[in-house]
Amino acid sequence: MSVISVIVATPLISAVVLALVPGWKLASWLNVAFSAVTLIASLVLFRTPPSSSPLFVVDAFNIYLIALTAFVGLTTSVFSASYIGHEVASKKLDAGKLRFYHAMYQAFMFTMLLALSANNLGVMWVAVEGATLTTVLMVSLYRTAASIEAAWKYFILCGVGIALALFGTILMYLAAQPVMGPGMAAMTWTELMVHVARVNADILNLAFVFLLIGYGTKVGLAPLHAWLPDAHAEGPTPISAVLSGLLLNVALYAVLRFKMLLAANGGAIAPGPLMITMGLASLLLAGLMLYRRRDIKRFFAYSSIEHMGIITFAFGMGGPLANFAGLLHMAMHSLTKSAIFYAVGHVAQVKGTQRLDRISGLTVSHPVLGWGLLIGGVAIAGLPPFGIFMSEFLLITSTFAREPLLAIPLTLGILVAFGALVLRVQQVCFGAPGGESAPIRGSLVPLFAHLGLVLVAGVWLPGPLVAWFQTVAALLG
Amino acid sequence: MIDLGYDAAHMLGAVVLLMSFALLYQRRLFSLLHVFTLQALALSATAAWQAFSHDEPHLYITALLTLVLKAIVIPVVLHRIIVKMNIHRTIEPALGIGLTMVAGVSLVTLSILLVLPVTEDATALTRENLALSLSVVLLGLLMMISRRNAVSQVVGFMSIENGLILAAVGVAGMPLVVEMSVAFSVMVAFIIFGIFLFHIRERFDTLDMQKIESFRGESD
Amino acid sequence: MTMLLATLYQIVQMLLVLALAPLLTGWVRLVKARLVGRRGPSPVQPYRDLLRLLRKEVVLARNASWLFRAVPYLMFTAIWLAAGLVPIFTTQLALAPTADLIALIALLGSARFFLALAGMDIGTSFGGIGSSREMMIAALAEPAMLMVVFSVSILVRTTSLAEIADFMMSGVVGLRISLALALIALIMVAIAENARIPIDNPATHLELTMVHEAMVLEYSGRHLALVEAASMLKMLLYMGLIACIFVPWGMATASAGVGQGIVAALWGMVAFALKLAVGGALLALFETSIAKMRVFRVGEFLGGALLLSLLGAIFLYVSRGV
Repeated sequence: MSVISVIVATPLISAVVLALVPGWKLASWLNVAFSAVTLIASLVLFRTPPSSSPLFVVDAFNIYLIALTAFVGLTTSVFSASYIGHEVASKKLDAGKLRFYHAMYQAFMFTMLLALSANNLGVMWVAVEGATLTTVLMVSLYRTAASIEAAWKYFILCGVGIALALFGTILMYLAAQPVMGPGMAAMTWTELMVHVARVNADILNLAFVFLLIGYGTKVGLAPLHAWLPDAHAEGPTPISAVLSGLLLNVALYAVLRFKMLLAANGGAIAPGPLMITMGLASLLLAGLMLYRRRDIKRFFAYSSIEHMGIITFAFGMGGPLANFAGLLHMAMHSLTKSAIFYAVGHVAQVKGTQRLDRISGLTVSHPVLGWGLLIGGVAIAGLPPFGIFMSEFLLITSTFAREPLLAIPLTLGILVAFGALVLRVQQVCFGAPGGESAPIRGSLVPLFAHLGLVLVAGVWLPGPLVAWFQTVAALLG
Repeated sequence: MIDLGYDAAHMLGAVVLLMSFALLYQRRLFSLLHVFTLQALALSATAAWQAFSHDEPHLYITALLTLVLKAIVIPVVLHRIIVKMNIHRTIEPALGIGLTMVAGVSLVTLSILLVLPVTEDATALTRENLALSLSVVLLGLLMMISRRNAVSQVVGFMSIENGLILAAVGVAGMPLVVEMSVAFSVMVAFIIFGIFLFHIRERFDTLDMQKIESFRGESD
Repeated sequence: MTMLLATLYQIVQMLLVLALAPLLTGWVRLVKARLVGRRGPSPVQPYRDLLRLLRKEVVLARNASWLFRAVPYLMFTAIWLAAGLVPIFTTQLALAPTADLIALIALLGSARFFLALAGMDIGTSFGGIGSSREMMIAALAEPAMLMVVFSVSILVRTTSLAEIADFMMSGVVGLRISLALALIALIMVAIAENARIPIDNPATHLELTMVHEAMVLEYSGRHLALVEAASMLKMLLYMGLIACIFVPWGMATASAGVGQGIVAALWGMVAFALKLAVGGALLALFETSIAKMRVFRVGEFLGGALLLSLLGAIFLYVSRGV
């Protein structure tokens, strides 16, 4: 049995197991254990050569994403194990809901890993849809009016997006079928890459537009981003962390797989300009919206939109440097944003509120947490010496070199967002402590683990990692 | 000359599109469900006909799934939900029915203009099927946008799925995976909608989305 | 010889439509009654009604103008002529070259115009309501009808009814979406034009629900007989039109010998009678299973018919090429 099938099967089995385990404490630790197994298996994957079967594909592009997903899944499960105790104590969740939550968490990991490793376009679509469904159920976990409304909006918008993505997939099959014959071959990505140069470019273009809009909704690109802030704000914090950190990446991965197909066909339109436009729109819109947010989770949700915009811009630009920057940014953003959401989760618990105007002076009342949040905020804003600064710097310099005019809105957007982030984070962390103040009841290890990695990556990237990013950057064209 | 296979498939696809228009036209929830049932029936007939004329036995399964799930189970359950939750039975369209129909026709024209030039190489039946199914998808989208009642939004979403199934059965030789996925999405979407409709009803006294949206904390 | 035969057929047709129209109305009423569990009037009752009306005295309002007295004759003539144009049992009619769909619509339109004027002539409020509602319905129904005509004509490349019938019978066409959509649109328009439920109730005299009846409220005696006969003829005309365009099989076409031709024509009459019976029964079924619409929703109904016919025209270009 191949390593990749172990990686994909573990979360599935654990979802079933966790659905049956009654006690939430045991379940949360089992959750951590299963996530650890998945991570170990994904690390083993680095040792195996690239392979492809009709169902799975393992190449340079998705290996690191799989490892990243497994890693963030593990740290989030550690965070969740320590976080939900408080939620149970404050009566927001009960044992039944927690069983559901743990099962759905692993089911979500399963769908994401399946989407990342799927070779068949249909299976990839099913997996992304499955990821949407599991998160929708989890966003509504608290059963408050706001959470149900957020989940409904999420479902409707992403459901429509998924439907359009399916139409794009069908069009893709339609394009490939005359060249490759009917049947599974025309849906398999590795086979498609070989033959796509002979495929009718017009249908390919139309298919890509649908796929970009469809999967782009799930990435949170403007103007299709309306579901993102609500879903992040109303769901449990661990879910916000994996939504921002992982699901957005998986959706973008799907878009990129199709971009690679399009790049291999000479007659197709260049997907770059489309992605650049959507990326810039997301960046500028999110940057401006950051100033008016009053809820801390929504605030960081818009920051996710902003960063996904930057990443989409990077991949839209294409070329070795921009692609490298995009890949690095994906990883850094995952780690940093999930770290921030861990901090935010703790902040919401200790302060009893999510409103920005009622939180202040964290470095005084809860020093470790306060400084953690401050460092996270600084990292996500793009200040050196953190990893995000590195990727943004790479992107800006390469854009200046190639398309100076585009670099202007890019830099402007980044600076606007930077301003808002620094402003708010400073307001939250410094000043006199206000409002309630409960002791922290969770582990701060995941938070600092992620921040540590981001710090290290900002200063030094290990050689193999650099070589790898370069390989993938070349693949992406 | 008469090509019965072509014409029958053509006609059935057109019935599905016609039902999409009929969905836009309805003012009452129960008649909406009846029209949706008709659309699902036409769709499963299309799938069965495709299976027969192109000799693709796996499409019979799709036809059966569509028939059971969308023509029988879903309308019955939605009917029960409407009755049990005492949902307000008339639908207030946001645009006005006349304007909605005009928008519908323009969307059909748009999808024809979009699909036909692009698919010069494909067979005539595939091209029309694609144009028809894109129209059905766009009309379903229009329905979701122009209706405020949550049940009619659900029906709109289901009709988008019908359009997708129509596209999938129209393209020759599409493997079962995609068909299963379409069926899967129907099933699960329904379960979720059921949960939501239940919880929305529990939390709010109405399924009018405009009233629910006042809770939205977007300005935060 | 063929010219003589064609003239003969034409005369026979003019008499036939006059003879069959009341029977059709009676048949529809009978089926309607049976469907709701009543015994219903005899199918020949409309004949008796018409004869009774012809013998009665005409009562005119003091301020009725010459138009009011002339309209029943004008209307009857126009509709009778139109009914004579539509090929119902044979396509070999003397007036066939002039039997053009657009001319048909013009004839029907002028009949409607005169009737609306007559409704307003006396100056009562009922007449005014009827005329204004009738004109609103016409404003929506005529474009729909014209779009149907366009769809069919583009397909067949002619507006001549006889040629359309020949073309449809030859089987070249096959099942086409455009035709199905055009058929549905034409049925909707026919329901509106003939003042059937759900647009208008032919059996009511309540102000809230009247359209056609309101316009003819003031007529009596032979005038009323002519107006009633004209409406019956109109229903026959529409059914004949639908049969001619969409279900033309059974009609006699150009044939070799005289004897063959006459036999074919007779069979054509039988086929037509059968089509009328089925059509009347379906109409009655439809009317009993649906409620009358509120007047302001009539616009939506006819707008739907217009959009369907528009869709039918659009689909002509999608299908196998025009």
